[in-house]
Parts: sequence; structure tokens; C-alpha cells
Amino acid sequence: MKVSKVLLVVVILATLAALVGCAAPAAAPATSNQATTSDQAAPADQAAPAEQGKKTYKDLVVGYAQLGAESEWRTANTASIKETADELGVTLKFSDAQQKQENQIKAIRSFIAQGVDVIGVPPVVETGWETVFKEAQDAGIPIILVDRRADVPEDMYVSYLGSDFVEEGRKAGNEMNKLLPDGGKIVELVGTVGSAPANDRFSGFRETLNPNIEIIDSQSGDFTRAKGKEVMEAFLKKYGNEITALYAHNDDMALGAIQAIEEYGLKPGEDIKIVSIDAVRGAFQAMIDGKLNVTVECNPLLGPQFYDLALKVVNGEEVPKWLPSAESVYYPDNAAEVLPTRQY
Amino acid sequence: MAQSNSLWRRFTTSQVFWPLVALGLIMLFNAFFTPNFFKLEIKDGHLFGSLIDIINRGAPLMVLAIGMTMVIATAGVDLSVGAVVAISAAVATVLINPALGNTLIASDKLVENVTATPLPVVILAALVAAALCGLWNGMLVSRGRIEPMVATLVLMVAGRGIAQLITGGQIITVYYTPYFFVGNGYLAGVPFTLFIVAAVGLFAWLLTRKTAIGMFVESIGINVKSSFYSGIDEKNIKLLVYTFSGICAGIAGLIVSSNIKSADANNAGLGFELDAILAVVIGGTLMTGGRFSLLASIIGALVIQSMTTTMYAIGVPAMAAQAVKAVVVMVVILLYSEQFRTVINRLFARKEVQS
Repeated sequence: MKVSKVLLVVVILATLAALVGCAAPAAAPATSNQATTSDQAAPADQAAPAEQGKKTYKDLVVGYAQLGAESEWRTANTASIKETADELGVTLKFSDAQQKQENQIKAIRSFIAQGVDVIGVPPVVETGWETVFKEAQDAGIPIILVDRRADVPEDMYVSYLGSDFVEEGRKAGNEMNKLLPDGGKIVELVGTVGSAPANDRFSGFRETLNPNIEIIDSQSGDFTRAKGKEVMEAFLKKYGNEITALYAHNDDMALGAIQAIEEYGLKPGEDIKIVSIDAVRGAFQAMIDGKLNVTVECNPLLGPQFYDLALKVVNGEEVPKWLPSAESVYYPDNAAEVLPTRQY
Repeated sequence: MAQSNSLWRRFTTSQVFWPLVALGLIMLFNAFFTPNFFKLEIKDGHLFGSLIDIINRGAPLMVLAIGMTMVIATAGVDLSVGAVVAISAAVATVLINPALGNTLIASDKLVENVTATPLPVVILAALVAAALCGLWNGMLVSRGRIEPMVATLVLMVAGRGIAQLITGGQIITVYYTPYFFVGNGYLAGVPFTLFIVAAVGLFAWLLTRKTAIGMFVESIGINVKSSFYSGIDEKNIKLLVYTFSGICAGIAGLIVSSNIKSADANNAGLGFELDAILAVVIGGTLMTGGRFSLLASIIGALVIQSMTTTMYAIGVPAMAAQAVKAVVVMVVILLYSEQFRTVINRLFARKEVQS
């Protein structure tokens, strides 16, 4: 299995080398001694700068290959990465890949050419990263995965900083248990089919949910308001007053569903309890209006944690393979106080 | 007897027959397998039920299909309608609630039931923006002589970016109640969206069937060159159909954004262009242009929407929904294959002889 993967990488490299011609010599010989675990790789990267002592934020150069701007969440994430760099004095090289993997790969290659200290990347898809990560590794530049995972061997990146979607699902399950102590029948609005957050929020929720709560239906709302509303309408037609609660994989779908419930003539938040994930501004407004019961945070403001991690990596400190982002749960009681401070 | 026979024949050979058969099959399926599907009740003084949902959710698609039919009849295609939906939605919501993304506004100010721009201006501005998009497509196709698929692809890709710029990359939520009427309101107990579809359909029908424009459109679709030599102003006719398609997309954008009370530049109208094309195809208008039927396309849109609603109602698992939809579409498209039809017709004819 592992051998075949290495073979695949070699074949891809060879193909690339044939195409590019000049890139081959640098890539090939490094393969054997760099294929170590990250804990060893990080100090190796650090060999040269360590002589001048530890780096600080001021001389840290970071390349960030942002995947695009597909949602409010992502916008907030970009803002956090940029603003924190300004505050800390980190030199940030930022690129926007417009949701295309080839653009992200191009950006990573240009970061390698510019010789940045660390590269941060939220992979737009899970596969196809071996070649370019290998190039970074060979150049001695550590890669930090942010917010999304990539399907590569663990030694190809130093750390993953991001939400634990399964944990979010578990938290949502716990909140649902609290809302329905006597059990009940609930429906679920699933995110985009096959996406990591949808899969993990689906399974995490089921881990903690009390057995006396029955999930009577579960359909995809594609993470959007329009679909969330449409699917909820169909649920209401089918089950009517049977539904005691709703679990939505993100706030936008919950906001759409709230409209459907109101139009059906029921009170969202009372007749049908609602638990959702993300904690965007719209959700806080809905909680203030008493239409949403709980929202589990999925924090996009990863800037501070990211640079802290990057500095540690560059200075050769030991970092966890996975650093969960700091997240909490919000309720209607404090929604009004929290809303003005929300940046997304 | 002879007369009813010929009436029946006229009906079976007309373009609306097969879309109606497809719709009928889906409804028949629901009659057996979906409890309460046909239940209509009066709630808060308006009709309520799954059928009403289909009309309400299908309205944007029906409007798009009307515009798309005319474009396809000229042997063109408009891939940009989904993006134009997003632009129109973005323009409308930004004018109502100019809380442009980056500035933080206190929450109570954000949710006030007011509009920054009078509602007629909002609607007009959104439609003008959409018409400009259509005009741009039309110019590229008619004056630039660019393949319609390529020309409209430009705006399909760029359009969402434009919508993002307008909304500042945020999902803009509207709290101005009169605006909700467009996509959520009821007139005489019937969804207001149905009146919008009827108005657009009637306008398009008058335009194409009560003037010579419809014939021009068909003749361009059949043969551009000979149309040109017969003195048809093919450039301006093309400009007209693309602009009209743009306006239709603008109307759909208003319905969509009003319905969910927000504009989401990324997801509003996502995939609509393909659904609209599919609706036209189910309606029996050929992609190669020529003869078209607006009514058949509207029924085509209803077929797609009832399929989606049925899928939710019978609880097809989310993972399988797309596959099931594809199979249904395949069966519907099969009904259109000439070969398949001849087989059916032959069976039918034989039966008549026997009796």
C-alpha cells in the first residue's frame, strides 16, 4: 500500500520532470532522507536559522494559499489571517485560489520559490497533494494544514490546525439531549453530501445522542438557506407536528428552515427546537428573536493560533499533529451581548 | 367520433403532450406512494400543500425556462442565467440593506423593517442590472459572432464574482417585510409567484405569437443564413432573446432572494442554468433550435421541481437523491427519442386496428 503510494509519487514526479526538464535533479535525491516523521523534519528545517537564535514574529515569512471566498465563514477566515499578520508584524504572502486546486498548487510552488519559512494551506479537495507537498518538504519548508485536511501521509505536513467537525457534531448531540430530556422525534438537515464537515457532523451527532431521541428523517440541504427551507417544507408536509426538533449542519440551513417552520404555522425554537453549527451573525439574531436554541461555534478566526503554531514550527518546538481550534457553544441568553462582537 | 379522434391526435402530436405525460407519471407515482401529496388545505387564508410548494419553489425555474426557450429556439444557449440570478439578488438586497459586508452595524439597526431605497426602485434596478447582463451576452453573440456557449460562459464565470463584489462577499439578509411578498406572498389564496410566472409567460407568448418575432426566432434557429437573406434582422432578434433571458433571470433572482429573505452570491441560482436547459429539453424544444413551445418548457420546469419535491417527500436518502434524479431524467428523455416514440405509437396503432 505504502510502496504503491511512493511509486505513484515517483511516477508523477517523473512525468513532471519529463515535462519541466530542469526540476528533476533537485527533487529526486532528497526522497530518502526527508521521508521521516514531522517531529524530526521540523528541527532539520530549523538547522540554518537556529544559529542566529530563535526567530520572532518580525522575521517570520509566511505563505498562505487561501482556497477562495466561498462563504461568510471563509471571508472571516481570510480577514483573520491578514489582520493578525499585520498586528504581529509577520510578513504574509497571501494568494487566493478561487476554489481551484491548480491555483493552490501554483501558489505553493511560488511560495517555495520565494523561500518562505512556513506555508499554510486549507486544501480545497482532499486528494492530489503528494507531489507539491513533497516539493515543499524537499525545499525544507514545513506545511501547516488549516481548517481542512488532505489525504496525504502524515509526515508530509507538520500540523493540522482546524475544527474538529466530529466534536462539533458531538456537542450538538449533547445540546439536543439537554433540549429534549424526555426524548422525541427529530429531523436533520445534512450539509453538502460527501464533504468532510457534513460526514463528521453526521457521525459525531449520532455518537452522543440519547437513544430515546429518534432521527426520523435526514436530507441534504447543501449548506444553503434556499435548500434548507425547501427540505424543511417537505419534512413538515410529511411529518407535521410529529417533529419535536431539528438538527442543522450549519446556521444558514437552520435560518432557511426557520422560515419554513414559521410559514407552516409553528413556532421555531418552541414547537420545534433547533440546534445548528457555525455561530454566524444571522444565527445570533435568530437566537435573540427566540427562534434558534443553540449554535455550536465553528471558529474561522484562526489567525492568532496559526501564527503561534507557525512560529513554534520554525523555532523547532514540538507541535501537536493536530491542534483543534478554540470553539464554544452559544445560547439565546447571552446572544444579545455576543452579537456586536461577532466578526462574521 | 372522427372529430374527437383528430382532436386527440392533435393533442398527442403537440409539443406539450410528452411533458404532460412525464408530469402525469410523477403525479401518479405520488398518488400511490406519497401520503397527503395532493392534500390542499386553507391555512392563514391561502392554499397550502405539497402542490403549492412545487409551484412556489418551481417559479424561478419556470421563469428562467421561458427565457431559455427563446434563446435555445435561435439555436443558442444561455449558460449565465444562474449567475445573473445571483447578480439580481445581490443588487436588490444591497439596495434594501446597504450594510455592506465589512462595516459592522449594531444589530438593532441591521434588523429594522426599513429599506434604504424605495421598493419599486429596488425591483427596477435589479431588473435593469439583469437586462444589462443579457444585453452583454446578446452583443457578444450577435455582434461579436462568438459561439453562444462560449459567450455566455464568460458571464457564468464572472457573474458570481460580480455578485460577490456587490455584496462584499457576505450573505446579505433582508428584514424589510414588503419585499418578502414577491417570493412568499399570496394573492387571492394563490402564491404570488404563480402570477409572476403567468405574467412573464403571457408577455412572452404575446411577443412571440401575436407578432412575427416568434416566427423570426424559429427561422433563425432553423437556418440563420436563409433567414438573413430573407431580410430578417437576425442580429437584433438574437440581441432581443438574450436580453429577455437576462430579464427573466433577474425576475427569478428577485423571487429567490425574496423567498429566503437574503442574497447569497455563491449559492443563489447555483446550477439553475442546467436545470433551465433541462426544462426546455423536457419541454421538447430541440437544442438545435427551431420550433419551440413556451408552455411545454413551463411544464418541463414543473416536471423537474415535482421530481425534487417528490424525492424529499418519499425520503430518498441524501446520498442517493442525485442518482435517482438522473434515472428519472433519463426515462423522461427516453420518452423523447424518436425511436422510442415510434415503438409506442406502433403499439398504440396496432391496438386500434384490433379493436
